[in-house]
Amino acid sequence: MAEHTEEFADGITDRMTDQDAAQTSRSDIPTVVADSVDIVYRVNGTSGGRGSATAALNRMLRRKQADQASGVRKVHAVRNVSFVAYKGEAIGLIGTNGSGKSTLLKAVAGLLPVENGRIYTDGQPSLLGVNAALMSDLTGERNVYLGGLAMGMSREEIKERYDDIVDFSGINEKGDFITLPMRTYSSGMGARLRFSIAAAKDHDVLLIDEALATGDAAFRKRSEQRIRELRKHAGTVFLVSHNNKTIRDTCDRVLWLERGVLRLDGPTEEVLAEYEAFTGDKSDKTAKPKAKPKPKPAAAVTA
Amino acid sequence: MSQVLHTPPPTSTADDDDLAALAARHGLTVSGARPTLPQYVRELWARRHFIAAFSTAKLTSQYSQAKLGQVWQVMTPLLNAAVYYFIFGVLLDTKRSVPDYIPFLVTGVFIWTFTQSSILTGTRAISGNLGLVRALHFPRAALPISFCLQQLQQLLFSMCALVVILLCFGIPVSFSWFLAIPVLVLQFTFNTGIAMIMARLGSKTPDIAQLMPFVLRTWMYISGVMWSIDKLTKQHDDLPSWVAPALKANPPAVYIDLMRYSLIDSFHASQLPPHVWALAVGWALLAGVCGFIYFWKAEETYGRG
Repeated sequence: MAEHTEEFADGITDRMTDQDAAQTSRSDIPTVVADSVDIVYRVNGTSGGRGSATAALNRMLRRKQADQASGVRKVHAVRNVSFVAYKGEAIGLIGTNGSGKSTLLKAVAGLLPVENGRIYTDGQPSLLGVNAALMSDLTGERNVYLGGLAMGMSREEIKERYDDIVDFSGINEKGDFITLPMRTYSSGMGARLRFSIAAAKDHDVLLIDEALATGDAAFRKRSEQRIRELRKHAGTVFLVSHNNKTIRDTCDRVLWLERGVLRLDGPTEEVLAEYEAFTGDKSDKTAKPKAKPKPKPAAAVTA
Repeated sequence: MSQVLHTPPPTSTADDDDLAALAARHGLTVSGARPTLPQYVRELWARRHFIAAFSTAKLTSQYSQAKLGQVWQVMTPLLNAAVYYFIFGVLLDTKRSVPDYIPFLVTGVFIWTFTQSSILTGTRAISGNLGLVRALHFPRAALPISFCLQQLQQLLFSMCALVVILLCFGIPVSFSWFLAIPVLVLQFTFNTGIAMIMARLGSKTPDIAQLMPFVLRTWMYISGVMWSIDKLTKQHDDLPSWVAPALKANPPAVYIDLMRYSLIDSFHASQLPPHVWALAVGWALLAGVCGFIYFWKAEETYGRG
């Protein structure tokens, strides 16, 4: 984290050595095993037509009966997905909006229960993100401590890394902002501080959900560098992104989910080529996150 | 670690066997499984700094936008006490039958508010913090506990105000004031236990949070917050014989009367139910242990879907 202003060429070589190291160290040690995983969401109060109060009463009275009658809809978000992730891998998760990427990530983190199948993990995978633990009425300084503690760091660890976190976020570049309440920050500043806190901890299995889309260009570059550092320390990294360039830069293996089904699993270039053909994206170097105007798959809703 | 080794996979196609066996061979554990009770206690202990920091942060952020800031920590309970004094002391004139009525009333209101707000915030501890539950991994019991700790800190502010009120009304300072500490510890344990039970119920059925204010208001009126259970039951001889002991054994009433006994010299031990300390410890342990185990039993389901 010391040299933020590294040359582009350095970044390239860094990446190359990273990937070489990953290739050699991608041993037979699995860190995450997903065994035919199904994930189903249940949504209350979706019965159209009838008043929702009657539907609610129905639901209470006929608890064990057909869900559909009482207005509970099931959304089958992930279907029969199996994969094995090994130590030293960086795995990208791609797919159009609503294809189950984030859901699968949450299940790997143990934050969403699976309907069928099992997910086995080595240690406790952690999602990169502490947004929910932070309080906008508190100063940035107190939020650094609060966020760190929420992620399970000790007070000493946080004290040790406090300066790094603040420097990395660049919050103090424009004055002493870290001692102001977070609600006074611009959205970009807030996002930078949140990422800096979240990235301060080393994880065994790290799960990142579109975290790289925050901040200005300089900060984004610094974030990518930090992700690579995290990857060196972490056993395995999962990255959800709509940015194919980020996936290319960071990952050496890609899982492509479409309508909850694992469509392809293989080396980055091969899968991305197929994916770009599928989405009709020819310009593989575009750095824009794109929301495809794909119709929501009707088959994913089994009411 | 070992639980995986003995758990057969649910389906038994060749592929599933391979994956499960692979996971078992490398000692992987099932993600999101509930830890054992001792392990859960250890995890919770490891997060004690988070629990403390979270409750203090909640407390200070509460009034951070107000001009008077943290002064409201003391002002709010005082205003509360003033309203109750107006209704029960002036309008209904309860004070004639109770000596030192204002200290009596204010102690009751503060101690009751501690239990009431612990239970109310406990009910929303999980359902109101789903974002946190779905983003980060920590023993979920940290949430209800830290909300109760926040209420305890709030009560300590109120107790400072209470000491001033006691001195203003000429209550002599005495060694029995130290009894307030064990009373607060026991009441905190009781509150946390109930809060954990309510947190689990509230996470399944958020509607309970709408119901709780009514339940709690009823509970307040039978707990002798603004009137003396002792005086009232002596005035009405026609009541069945079990009513007075039952009212006095009600946990909030036990903690309120113990606090009055320790702080106010005109509140005598004769007004306390028999075996009052045993009752206080019993309620605390019963609620604390049962609440903790009940909450832990559903640990893996919090924040679901």
